[in-house]
Amino acid sequence: MAEQPVVADSQQPPRLEMGGVHKRFGGTVALDGVDLAVGAGQVHALVGENGAGKSTLMKVLSGAHTADRGQMFLDGEPFSPRNPLDARRAGVSMIYQELSLAPHLSAEENILLGMEPTRYGWLRRREMRRSAVGALRQLGHEEIPAHVPVGELSIGAQQLVEVARAVAVGCRVLVLDEPTSSLSQEDVQRLFALVRRLKAQQLAIVYISHFIEEVQEVADRFTVLRDGKTVGGGQMSDTTAARIVQLMVGREIGDLYPRSKRATGDVILEVSELAGLSKPRAASLSLRRGEVLGIAGLVGAGRTELLRAVFGLDAVRKGTVRLATHVGPYSPARRWAQGAGFVCEARQTEGLATALSIADNMTLSCLDGMGPAGLPGLIRPRLQHRATQRWIDELAIRCRDPRQRVMDLSGGNQQKVAIARLLHHDVDVLLLDEPTRGIDVGSKAQIYQLIDRLATGASACGRPPRAVLMVSSYLPELLGVCDRIAVMHRGRLGPARPVSQLTEHKLMMEATGQESAA
Amino acid sequence: MSANDAKRRPTDLSRGSGCRWLNHLGPLLALFVVYGLFAAMAPPSFRSANNLELMARQAAVVGTAAVGMTFIIIAAGIDLSVGSVVALVTMVIAMLLNRDIDPVPAALIGVGVGGLCGLVSGLVITGLRVLPFIGTLGMLLIVRGFAKYLGGEQKIDAPRTGLDDLLASVSEESAWVLPPGVWLLIFLSVLAAFFLHYSKLGRHIFAVGSNEATARLCGVGVNRVKVYVYTLGGLTAGLAGVLQFSRLGIGSPITAVGMELDVIAAVVIGGGSLSGGEGSLLGSLAGALIMMVIRSGCTHLDLPNYTQEMITGTIIIGAVALDRFRHRRVG
Repeated sequence: MAEQPVVADSQQPPRLEMGGVHKRFGGTVALDGVDLAVGAGQVHALVGENGAGKSTLMKVLSGAHTADRGQMFLDGEPFSPRNPLDARRAGVSMIYQELSLAPHLSAEENILLGMEPTRYGWLRRREMRRSAVGALRQLGHEEIPAHVPVGELSIGAQQLVEVARAVAVGCRVLVLDEPTSSLSQEDVQRLFALVRRLKAQQLAIVYISHFIEEVQEVADRFTVLRDGKTVGGGQMSDTTAARIVQLMVGREIGDLYPRSKRATGDVILEVSELAGLSKPRAASLSLRRGEVLGIAGLVGAGRTELLRAVFGLDAVRKGTVRLATHVGPYSPARRWAQGAGFVCEARQTEGLATALSIADNMTLSCLDGMGPAGLPGLIRPRLQHRATQRWIDELAIRCRDPRQRVMDLSGGNQQKVAIARLLHHDVDVLLLDEPTRGIDVGSKAQIYQLIDRLATGASACGRPPRAVLMVSSYLPELLGVCDRIAVMHRGRLGPARPVSQLTEHKLMMEATGQESAA
Repeated sequence: MSANDAKRRPTDLSRGSGCRWLNHLGPLLALFVVYGLFAAMAPPSFRSANNLELMARQAAVVGTAAVGMTFIIIAAGIDLSVGSVVALVTMVIAMLLNRDIDPVPAALIGVGVGGLCGLVSGLVITGLRVLPFIGTLGMLLIVRGFAKYLGGEQKIDAPRTGLDDLLASVSEESAWVLPPGVWLLIFLSVLAAFFLHYSKLGRHIFAVGSNEATARLCGVGVNRVKVYVYTLGGLTAGLAGVLQFSRLGIGSPITAVGMELDVIAAVVIGGGSLSGGEGSLLGSLAGALIMMVIRSGCTHLDLPNYTQEMITGTIIIGAVALDRFRHRRVG
């Protein structure tokens, strides 16, 4: 899989060239000699699993990180940005999934932010309008109003404003990082048209996405990263989706996703016609002991809101949630007491109190039996630490001791702490929202094994088998771990079907609303 | 963002431009409503021209400081040291006048001292990376203590030099109608509003308050903007100190205790958001006037002081709650 010369005309150096980039954080090697070359007027897809090193590589390119070793060239000139601003000025702009606009400012103010035309410190409004409209025209989107606060525009339009800002700075290399994940189908097509237009204007475009179909549609060439290394690449037209996935995963799927024989028991969670304030709009499902039920769908489809409503974190407009014998909606405190636990997707901001210790985090929901006998309001740290140590050993959480602060742990170990809270609480139903987002492959495999063990009731983890309801955007993971999967689309949950009847392609068609399950 | 958002076409707007105007004029509208209510209930003396002028004069000190506070709050900051700076400036001016310095340079030096306090706050916040709340809380104590030190914990009497006429009632025949201090505030507000909307620094203040990370990415000198903002806040607090001096006629180290809260309240009633990116000068002035109308109205209705405090408190909470409600509906 040798990298072929990028540009046919060998006289001209590629617009962007990165060679032998190494980056190490403490003990972990994030990038281990990555090469990437993108020519002018080319769309280059960068694919790989979470944690493969895509975002680290792009942070090196944008100047947010400095590489330990390796070189970068822009149009043949050595390029080593000290910070993102530096990179932007040199002509490398990034569009992240999380848009970075000032919502209160208008489109024209956002587009020209930091380079406003002035006379004696006063803005030259007319000239601003002219350059902003010019940038929008270059994108073919003059219809976007330049004077309205961007917070009032749709997400798709906001993204266009951000691209216009990149164009207005005179960018030569544009990086789009998961640009379609929160867009509607219509906005996605509009974005693709824009990418083609910018390509014709001789920009070099790096396109990052998990969605293979998307990458095939829009990119000319591709590079696959795995565990910080370039493992393959080439002409998009010479390859197949299956080949790319194989390169990304690099091993038989079976290794990663263990599936023991599971015996399903009684229905323990039953959701009927559940509707929240805006989402979910209608969701019904039933979950048995010893079963892992997956929920697929696009970001923004309402999957997180569904879990939150089930757990009582979000208001319920109508419908019921039955957990064992308790029919309600109920508050999260009651849900914990009834035997359900929730691991939320925002690990850093909501899921964990990162400034507190592992022990405090793990035992937060259940401090019973940790005080001196007869004094239920008090806590003996020694008992708390002992209980915590058990799960640290059980889940192989890499840490110094239970007193260590959660913020010092790696993402994978933080996630294990979040899941261990449910195990410590000894819940019957585990609600997991994106349980493997942003963690390394090794920790992922351990979490998959853990889910399997919980569902079968095997090993020290469990008495009777437990039930797992899991939301994920990563389809191979859902197909590998779950027994049944239901797809959510615009707030509505489809019927759950056994994984044996499903493929990634089917799930994606349903998630994007091109095909309905029923 | 919700799926509703994603469905909106780029050209669709959630509110028409007329509605946006209403947002800007909301505080002004509230001012008229509050005034109308009291005018209907209170004795005619409340509606007299004299009382209107009195309210404008009394609102001038808070209103002047609110100009700078508006800048600070738009940049997602806060300044708790305003009351202390006002006290310090009255002390400095009294001392200078006692040394036979002319009133105009004395007043300018007073404003400069205010600016210096703001500059120090700005440097503490950006250089030492202390949160604005804590940094200016420290400045509140330091500056108040320094004002007391200057006078040996005593007030300083000052000769009458004409500075005290700044907020004095003007004679019936005068074409000026309002005292010079009030005109000064009006002029300053118009200038500041233009500055906010039509200068680069003004837009950068909004950008820093709206999304600091983005502002940094776009090459806005975030720390520089913050230092400017606190310095401007200090300058207007200094000017408020000059006006306070003209009301008191003496330098007092214990005047204006807690005034920062009135000033912040004015900005917040006027639509400023403590999370930054929002606020307007027209709103802040309306906010200052609303509080003054309540105060004056309660006095004319012979209501005790505590009623007026409770009403003001309710209005602050109501204004912010209304704002949240509006944001939830559109966002």
